[in-house]
Amino acid sequence: MVNDQPTALERFINGILPENPTYRQLLGMCPTLAVTNGMQSAMTMAGATAFVLICANIVVSLIRNLLKPHLRILVYTLTIATFVTIADRVLAAYMYDMSKQLGPYIPLIIVNCIIVCRCEVCASSQAVHIAAADAVGQSLGFTLALASIATVREVLGAGTWFGIAVMPAGFPNWVLMVLPPGAFITLGLLLGLVNWLTALWTQGRKAKPTAA
Amino acid sequence: METIGSLILIAIGAALINNFVLHYFVGICPFIGVSRRVDMAFGMGCAVTFVISIAAFLSWTFTYFILRAGAPVTSWIWHVLRPDSELVPDLSILNYIVYIFVIASSVQLVEMYVRKFFPALYKSFGVFLPLITTNCAILFACLEIMKHVSGASDPSQVWGLDKALVLAIFGGLGFTLAIVMMAGIREELDQCDVPKALRGPAITLITAGILALAFLGFSGVDRGLAALFQ
Repeated sequence: MVNDQPTALERFINGILPENPTYRQLLGMCPTLAVTNGMQSAMTMAGATAFVLICANIVVSLIRNLLKPHLRILVYTLTIATFVTIADRVLAAYMYDMSKQLGPYIPLIIVNCIIVCRCEVCASSQAVHIAAADAVGQSLGFTLALASIATVREVLGAGTWFGIAVMPAGFPNWVLMVLPPGAFITLGLLLGLVNWLTALWTQGRKAKPTAA
Repeated sequence: METIGSLILIAIGAALINNFVLHYFVGICPFIGVSRRVDMAFGMGCAVTFVISIAAFLSWTFTYFILRAGAPVTSWIWHVLRPDSELVPDLSILNYIVYIFVIASSVQLVEMYVRKFFPALYKSFGVFLPLITTNCAILFACLEIMKHVSGASDPSQVWGLDKALVLAIFGGLGFTLAIVMMAGIREELDQCDVPKALRGPAITLITAGILALAFLGFSGVDRGLAALFQ
């Protein structure tokens, strides 16, 4: 039974691309859409989510043998809420402007499905080091996804990347891209692109053995 | 007149101008997951509106009387324990934990109550109830109320229960409106020839973007209304 569970390395790699939380599992959509109007806010959000995800996965994995099945979701949520409170207070103390700008989306990490999903799928059944590797992999995948969306939206919407001007001076800013509709459309198109590339890749893999 | 005016402003703001789904991006998961058929979308919308009102009532009560700095119940207990203390008790660090607990337990209670007393209703939207616990729209409404109760700098700006309930109910109605519109569009979309890579969630997101564009047209309505009521 232990043997058919993925190992730490598999969990880590799966999180980044094959089971990318945003593009493949479609989890955690609220922060993905809401904070990607600039790279700085997107990366702060990714950092906060990574902190909560890693801590929650480790704690849930440590107490996994004490959990009663019917109370487990409640225990996950309370664990997550505790770490989110820590992250929220730290951000408010050291990055006050960013915490003001992110507003309710930091506390909304509590109901981010990625974290509950990882606690349920991995941490509640596997040892601490595997749960930690899984959390780091998933966080990296989430960071990559946020960075890709934020890059498209910030470069097209404000002509900057991390606040540094990258577009030529005469570039008309597509204001729509930093507004809510831009978020939906960018994510939809990127999702389509990822699906298309995956289809191409699997086709290529299938075609190769017959050619060789 | 002034209070009614501000209530109307909050209602229109929550339902249309700053629609929970299309402006704040909360509740996206059911918006994409349960918007395949109009009747299911309507059931989900009703369930969310119902739970959001209860959660808003409870979270306002907890925030106003117990959690905020200098809240009546907490101050009274503190004075009984330490009569000579000058400290103003502030439990707002517990906000998030209390909210999530309130939401989870009220969802559980509503589910049990509806299953026992309204079996027909339970059949139509009971399946959505457990999903709602992790619906960000509910927690978002609690957080908005918290911002206006414990975060208000001026004591006269603190929201009463009426404003909190109006925000929650109309936020829920706005969610229902958005998800039902989306379901209507998706039923038509099933007849269309969508490129293979865009099928499923991708085309739904792009459609939602166009819907959000339409809702962007409501921005500015609040300023016009505010001028009207003054």
